[in-house]
Amino acid sequence: MSDKSSSRPSGFDRRAFMAGATGSVLVPMTARAAAQDANAPLAQDPSLPVEVTLRVNGEDKHLSLDARTTVLDALREHLKLTGSKKGCDHGQCGACTVLIDDRRVVSCLTLAVAAEGQEITTIEGLATDDRLHPMQQAFIDNDAFQCGYCTPGQIMSAVACVKEGHAGNEADIREYMSGNICRCAAYPNIVAAVKQAAPEIMKG
Amino acid sequence: MRPFLYQRASDSNMAVQALGAAAAANNPLTKATAQPLAGGTTLIDLMKLDVMRPATIVDINPLARAWSAIEPGSDGLRLGALAKMSDVAAHAEIQRSYPVIADSLKLAASAQLRNMATLGGNVMQRTRCNYFRDVSYENCNKRNPGSGCAAMDGVNRMHAVLGTSDQCIATYPGDFAQALIALDATVEITGKAGTRTMPFAQLHKAPGDTPEIETTLQPGELISAFSISGRWPRSVYLKARDRQSYEFALSSAAIALDVQDGTIRNARVALGGVATVPWRAREAEALLKGQKFDEALGQRVAEAAFADARGRRHNSFKIALGKRVVARALQQAVTMEI
Repeated sequence: MSDKSSSRPSGFDRRAFMAGATGSVLVPMTARAAAQDANAPLAQDPSLPVEVTLRVNGEDKHLSLDARTTVLDALREHLKLTGSKKGCDHGQCGACTVLIDDRRVVSCLTLAVAAEGQEITTIEGLATDDRLHPMQQAFIDNDAFQCGYCTPGQIMSAVACVKEGHAGNEADIREYMSGNICRCAAYPNIVAAVKQAAPEIMKG
Repeated sequence: MRPFLYQRASDSNMAVQALGAAAAANNPLTKATAQPLAGGTTLIDLMKLDVMRPATIVDINPLARAWSAIEPGSDGLRLGALAKMSDVAAHAEIQRSYPVIADSLKLAASAQLRNMATLGGNVMQRTRCNYFRDVSYENCNKRNPGSGCAAMDGVNRMHAVLGTSDQCIATYPGDFAQALIALDATVEITGKAGTRTMPFAQLHKAPGDTPEIETTLQPGELISAFSISGRWPRSVYLKARDRQSYEFALSSAAIALDVQDGTIRNARVALGGVATVPWRAREAEALLKGQKFDEALGQRVAEAAFADARGRRHNSFKIALGKRVVARALQQAVTMEI
């Protein structure tokens, strides 16, 4: 996976391929287009959906959700942003890490309805046009993954780790990246990737 | 997860009203039908596990504007209950004047969880006892009062050796609360009738015969702030755990000392990972006052701290480990440069 030519978007969508291959049909959820009134009372009946506007990667998304929906499920199941991964779904593994108002959080323990009005950044929002974010490139350059399942969470966490000023040395990187578990134990290469990307990110 | 009504608090009056509705029917607080949502790292987790089943969630994050200030002053410190763990841990003046607080927060959870979790929610977090968290175990006096305790004769390696009862041996899992209890913190509580304060040491309740009652907080009350008098630059938080990072304590010690010319004028010792509540070891403190520190004194203090400890089949090692943690933490506090 360290071949840089494979890093360019190819138009191939693994999830679409898998969905087609298993015969399932993905029905896009139609977001309600009506403008949201921020002061509108929330649903008074738990069985009714709540109207939520999430700002994801710079775009407002209007959704009608069960109040129980987490940011992770809103991203994956309602907005088809499947980069953020569901590992433990209990805030223990870090696979679902996203940035909310530029701070890394676990999206599996964040209710979507409580994230209204905040800026959510996912792995899909990191690259600019056809250029990978320095941390994405560093993960490829350093072969910082095997199966790749934890990688989006690792990369989001790593970007925040650098911006917090916690990537100055290997001990700090290990301590402040400890909330992201890698089943394949690619940790040495993840540390190397964070070290590589840190100066470029800090340079802005 | 069961369905719930989501309400967003517009102000603290609305929050305590919503949380306190039908308060009498909502006791104990741990079973109250309305629960506050701050960082959500305990509540949402336990709702997914079906351990907590609120019918209403009151999102109190809009109160953060008023309740999240970090205010070190010349005669003490005030911390808003909705301040995030990460912000307090990273605050330069907290690191300088209250290292025990900064380190207790920094050594807890993960960077992501510290960005979410608030100070008030942190001290209210529920035990990590597996028999409590897994509803397939019927016997949990904390979850199902009167059902028994599966931990007593179960795998109780992580369980408490201090403050236990024959009804519950679940460990209080947090770190920050040990720092608060060591520094004689005061907790400010906001309810319908306004604001009241009490010693933080009176917030948590040992399990006794009612392990489902964990604190003296009532439905309709919210922690709004913590305050501490004085500065405690000579203070440490030492945490021993199974992994180097991102793990709950097997044993921890919060130590704060006032040492002048080699003599200990004032000493605070609190223990974590070993007790059912944030644990203040006053007997141990008494041995330190007026003394000059040496290794032998450290040993005596450690023995005193665990004099009443009672181990079970799998957790007796915590008594030996806990003594070493206390002795080492004392050594660190005495020798640290301030």
